[in-house]
Amino acid sequence: MTTYILRRVLWMIPSLLIVFTITFLLVHATPGGPWDESEKPLPEAVKQNLNKQYHLDDPLWKQYTDYLVNALHGDFGPSYRFVERSVTDIVQQTLPVSAQLGALAILFAVIVGIPLGALAAVKRNTWIDFTASLITVAGIASPPFVRISLLIVVFSLALPWLPSGGWEGIWDTRVILPTVALGMGPAALLARYTRSSLLETFTNDYMRTAQAKGLSPRAVVMYHAMKNALIPVVTVAGVTLANVITGSFFIERIYGVPGIGRMFIDSVTGRDYPLLLGLVLLFALLISVVNLIVDLSYALIDPRIRYQ
Amino acid sequence: MIQRIPALAVDVPAVRPSRSLWRDAWRRVIANRPAVVSLVLVLLLIATALLANFLAPYPFAQQDLDQTDLGPSAAHLLGTDQLGRDLLSRLLYGSRISLAVALVDVLIVVVIGLPLGLFAGFLGGRIDTIIMRTVDILLAFPNLLLIIVVITYLRAVLDLPQSGFMAVVGGLDNITGGLLGVFIALGLVSWLTVARLVRGQVLSLKEMQFVEAARMVGASSGRIMLRHLLPNTLAPVIVAATFGIPGAIATEAGLSFLGLGVRPPLPSWGILIAEGVRSMRAFPHELIVPASALAITLICFSFLGDGLRDALDPKLKVD
Repeated sequence: MTTYILRRVLWMIPSLLIVFTITFLLVHATPGGPWDESEKPLPEAVKQNLNKQYHLDDPLWKQYTDYLVNALHGDFGPSYRFVERSVTDIVQQTLPVSAQLGALAILFAVIVGIPLGALAAVKRNTWIDFTASLITVAGIASPPFVRISLLIVVFSLALPWLPSGGWEGIWDTRVILPTVALGMGPAALLARYTRSSLLETFTNDYMRTAQAKGLSPRAVVMYHAMKNALIPVVTVAGVTLANVITGSFFIERIYGVPGIGRMFIDSVTGRDYPLLLGLVLLFALLISVVNLIVDLSYALIDPRIRYQ
Repeated sequence: MIQRIPALAVDVPAVRPSRSLWRDAWRRVIANRPAVVSLVLVLLLIATALLANFLAPYPFAQQDLDQTDLGPSAAHLLGTDQLGRDLLSRLLYGSRISLAVALVDVLIVVVIGLPLGLFAGFLGGRIDTIIMRTVDILLAFPNLLLIIVVITYLRAVLDLPQSGFMAVVGGLDNITGGLLGVFIALGLVSWLTVARLVRGQVLSLKEMQFVEAARMVGASSGRIMLRHLLPNTLAPVIVAATFGIPGAIATEAGLSFLGLGVRPPLPSWGILIAEGVRSMRAFPHELIVPASALAITLICFSFLGDGLRDALDPKLKVD
């Protein structure tokens, strides 16, 4: 087990390094920066000074190794657009907002998705199942920017129940719409996995035993089927996180949430390449870590699985 | 010498006509109601896209600044946008972009994903390692993240004056209104899952006796791959390709929504939705129309994928 963890952690390093190298090269091959876009072109001397300030006149390999060494020390360089702030500053300010929103969205997905999938499995091939499957397909297929904008139109414009944008922390009604919009995709995914996994579990012999010894159908599903059915569902955790991250790009922008997803899109459209590079690295690291945790927890939950 | 045996006088009971996998699958698709409804809607969408220039009442970029932000009326069935452009016409022309993306996505799957998976699985060794390591690394991160990084680069590079090959690419990108950039970025990731899928199939298929038999009678590796392995992987590839379509359409719409995809005034549904979001407070129909069109299209392709999976790969079906 320990060697397995070690090997997995060690594997993460080259894979992150490759992502970093590719992104670094792409970002440095991308011409220009924010000072190329201004209405009045800057004088050549100013540009040269800017290049000097950001060490863009160093040879590429030096920029690469410098960045890598600094990044390992938690310094991801300055942002082009927010002149006074470093990438680390921006991450420290925006990540908590997105982390709160993302955690709520995942919570929503678990609370809604798993019972929905279980209900669909228990009531298989009834109208409940069909309705649930329509909801799941809609949740999986509709992109986040469609979900959030339709939610705003319905729940804050047509029915004036909820605010149509902004962020005031998680104890404010403003959190509801982005949470639902962000959590809907993962919820649908969880529902689909829970349903098919439960249906498979139902075919096991121990289910018949549980029924035969006179347990109530409720107890059979809750205590005997669910436990085993949820094991494969754990594997979607990585996909869920990826879903939440990419969904936040759109939802934070449309709903005006000052989080890291909106920052990412701003860095792309504003040509803020150091910020873009830092955020890609951050997302890649997050996803690698979660995937690792998923694989490890898999062995903990299901003792039949052994890693060598 | 083989002699024809005279026909027996007894009545042979009618044998069930043999059914091929494809005919069998077709019957199962037809029996699946959501899949049939989706198929009809998708065919309708293809028809409207092909006939957009006949069906659309106005050119998609024609502005009428006296007729801005109108609600639905006889002259403009779905109303007009903030520049007085007919929303129905823009929606109809926009379906062309979505379907072009779907088509290119399937092409990438067939032209890149299928052969790479075939080679990796059949040839094994170093080729397998290189292809699958690439797939693993690219699959480890969200598609959209990679696509956004790549298209940022492409947009910046293609907008500059170029020479040689890049000038051709930049020119084509310009003519297609930025669609080529979207295709390139999509092409980077949309073959991954299919390559992995086909490789897995080939790994188990190549151990089967019919492959051994083919080799025994002297079939070349190329022939075995083309005539014996390829047809057997086709069913899962069709399912995977169909499942990939909604993702590709949504990605293009998302990129265009962010201003990284197709350039205005081309009416990508993503652009229509972005414009709709800007005016949703006063004129929500400008958002609801394209957003619903996109959502319905994506849901239809998903149901179609579900139906095809259940039909072509009954083993995967749980109930």
